[in-house]
Amino acid sequence: MKGTTPLSPLPRREFLKRGGALVIGWSLRGTVVDTHAAQDAATPRGAVAGPFDPKQIDTWLAIHSDNTATVYIGYVELGQGSTTSLLQIAAEELDLDMSQVRTVRLDTNVTPNQGGTYSSSSIARGSPAIRTAAAEARQALLQMASKKLGAPVERLTVSKGVVTVGAMGGESESVTYGELIGDQLFHLAFTGTAPVKPVSDYKLVGTSPVRNDIPEKVSGKYVYLQHVRLPGMVHGRIVRPRGQTAYGSGAKVASLEEQSIAHIPGARVLRRADFVGVVAEREWDAVRAARDLKITWEIPAVLPGSDAVYDQMHAEKTSDRVVLERGDVDRAIQGAAHVASGHYRGPYQAHAPFGPNGALADVTRDGALVICSTQDVYATRNTLAAILSLPPQKVRVQYYEGSGTYGHSCYDDVAQAAAILSQLAGRPVRLQFMRWDEHGWDLYGPAHVGEVRAAADADGKIVAYQYDGWHHNWSAVETSAQLALGTPASEWRDGAAQMVNPSDCGGMYDIPNVRLVNHHVPGMNYLRGAWLRSPLDLSFSFASEQTIDELAHQAGVDAYEFRRRNITNEHWMGVLDQVAKASGWEPRPPASKLSNAKVVTGRGVGLGTHLTSYGGAVAVLEVNKETGKVLVRRLYGAIDAGLAVNPSFIENQISGQLVQTASRMLLEEVTFNKTNVTSLDWNSYPILRFEECPEVFPMVVQRLDQKSTGAGEEVMAAAAGAIACAFFDATGVHMPEFPLTPNRVLAALRRA
Amino acid sequence: MASEIQIRVNERVHSVSADPDTPLLYVLMNDLALQGPRFGCGLAQCGSCSVLVNGAETRSCVTPISAVVGKSVITLEGLPSWYAKQKKLSKTPALHPVQQSLIDEQAVQCGYCFNGMIIQAAELLSKTPRPTEAQIRSAMNGHLCRCGSYPRVIRAIQRASHTMASTIEDGENASFAQQPHAAEVER
Repeated sequence: MKGTTPLSPLPRREFLKRGGALVIGWSLRGTVVDTHAAQDAATPRGAVAGPFDPKQIDTWLAIHSDNTATVYIGYVELGQGSTTSLLQIAAEELDLDMSQVRTVRLDTNVTPNQGGTYSSSSIARGSPAIRTAAAEARQALLQMASKKLGAPVERLTVSKGVVTVGAMGGESESVTYGELIGDQLFHLAFTGTAPVKPVSDYKLVGTSPVRNDIPEKVSGKYVYLQHVRLPGMVHGRIVRPRGQTAYGSGAKVASLEEQSIAHIPGARVLRRADFVGVVAEREWDAVRAARDLKITWEIPAVLPGSDAVYDQMHAEKTSDRVVLERGDVDRAIQGAAHVASGHYRGPYQAHAPFGPNGALADVTRDGALVICSTQDVYATRNTLAAILSLPPQKVRVQYYEGSGTYGHSCYDDVAQAAAILSQLAGRPVRLQFMRWDEHGWDLYGPAHVGEVRAAADADGKIVAYQYDGWHHNWSAVETSAQLALGTPASEWRDGAAQMVNPSDCGGMYDIPNVRLVNHHVPGMNYLRGAWLRSPLDLSFSFASEQTIDELAHQAGVDAYEFRRRNITNEHWMGVLDQVAKASGWEPRPPASKLSNAKVVTGRGVGLGTHLTSYGGAVAVLEVNKETGKVLVRRLYGAIDAGLAVNPSFIENQISGQLVQTASRMLLEEVTFNKTNVTSLDWNSYPILRFEECPEVFPMVVQRLDQKSTGAGEEVMAAAAGAIACAFFDATGVHMPEFPLTPNRVLAALRRA
Repeated sequence: MASEIQIRVNERVHSVSADPDTPLLYVLMNDLALQGPRFGCGLAQCGSCSVLVNGAETRSCVTPISAVVGKSVITLEGLPSWYAKQKKLSKTPALHPVQQSLIDEQAVQCGYCFNGMIIQAAELLSKTPRPTEAQIRSAMNGHLCRCGSYPRVIRAIQRASHTMASTIEDGENASFAQQPHAAEVER
């Protein structure tokens, strides 16, 4: 039957009857037909392309007849809970409770453009606009209520969206928000005069209401990107070399035998230049077609290989930038009581989302709908428009949550590939990357070489610190665009997140003489690079905090005490004290309790962050000196991220950061030879599992009077430093390179 | 060649037309439109596609549909009634105790791996009602989580174990909320 009477996709009604996957109908002119959004689409949103005027209340929220509100948020939910936190802020200002507020998925025809969901900044960057919009809406609603109730605004009180005039017990009259404006537009610009609530009046912000996505995520009702279907669609798969080739040097199709998949009914090969894909009515047929297609590739052998990559980067002609210079490092080091230096290396690491990225695209001559898991719907719209030769307003991008992305995984690449396939097929296409596509064609967190030297005086005060870092920048062009259109490879321009990070590299300590130098390695003929959760910070901290511990060791001072002597900033001191106290830290210099036992234990403390906030961590681990196996037993992590809107979410984030850091420090490295990446699945790119998962102790420093800063990645660098220092404490040996795999550990112990 | 194949999923018999070598996962996702089992690796390495086949956790991404003919397949969607039948409860709860305890512990981050986590934990508790922490870690070791939610998942399984024990002792009036936090893993 297959091939003549396709069973998939089911008619829409059939799908809904079976209570299963979501099917979406769409039109550039009409309203989205979406079983979830339809309930919210009381106003004809979706009819026009965004971005929308950020100074209009209607851009940000709608009040419905049933006295509930929809808040339009420009940040994506990635499982971090920030959507709920932003709703807390909106509900707080509107005097609604959490059951009265909801949001919708990102959609370039519906939601505002707040920029991408990057750098753990959803709360920091998102909350001012949402807080202001909610306050403006409340003010407008009070003015309407004042007219309706015939009472001045000053005499009105609001609770759960009910505006009341009159005293308790006495005569009172009330009207609801829903009755005042229910499902009508405000048509009001911001006045700039609406007062926001003082912190002392907060009822919701700073508390921990539960996340609203969790019940559906455990019941199976939650619609992930991978569940979405389009009417009339075919299933697609891409065909590429197994494991990416050098960035900028590409891969060329040498031979392709379309007949090799003739035995799979309905399967078609689609090709544009060196971009190759297959589509079929049934998903398994697309998988088989991609597997069975006979194709050979011409691949230049220009990659350095994972073993030689560090030496090659270090030897490159780099463009150098002094990130920070203070005092005279060379002079301060001369004659200092204690001097430490080292050469450290951190590998390429993969985002490796648990479910590989996917996308759906329906491209016609008049416009395109693309559904994907991008961190930035508007940016993705612009690149898609360029690839499809359509004006941006004719491209509609909708966000559906996939699995956790931890930065720039293949979500744009897969969206571009789906759009190209749909254009070639003349039909809607659902494209699912396979595991080897995602692992093999990721934009990895770049490899890094760090050289540190530092000096302390006889009193244990750090007097000089120099950090030189080598790595390439993020890759600016996706693989699909390169293969299909021959778009030349290029890199991002250097920004704060792509440079040696002063906050990780000595910035927490008061050091009079500092020099930080970023050596930008040209990224052509390396692997693709992009931001991976706490970008580069793990490498910085691994190098930097080991150097600090070496100074403490030489000075014979306890590692916690040594850091205290060199810190005056109350935020750094706060997280440092918190983790030391929680871990029951007992003072003694690092590596002062070495043992001849086969299995030795150590503990270490580390500080670090990403661009904002303050992270502290303590690690307790054991090293088997015969096998080289390292087990992290306990990790304590503390964050100071200003006002913690929902402390419980942040604890969950810290918990995840600690586990993921243990995974990255002990296990994770992208491997590659001269032609291709060779770590293509969970066996060749292992991550931490249940049996080796440390106990974790997350802690949040609450600062109600300060602005919220990032909390999704800022403990990872601290934990990376703590793990490295704990290894030194256990063995007396500094690890020059992570991950701390048995082979590397045995080699380091042998050399010592 | 495609043929008509009958499979029993969540206690209902479905007739599907597919190649016998089609992995069960694609049939569950596309023909039966189920959302529990989902694609993760297609290599039986991660656990996101797990289902119960005759009560045993099975990777549907590498299990040909022909291999489950005549067997009972239970997916995440069918877990509460599978549990009710096992425990001879008169009423099917809305959620399996493992699902409820994951909510109570707010264990989820992105949640994509939780299908497999829940299926595996349900299998574990059906065979070992009071597992030690080491037994939980060992039983769950084949299920990966990229977000690092392991500590809270362990706690949730311990909580579910308490819940299920009291369900047997007290009939169906077990209270989830009264279970103490088994804070061995995350304090």
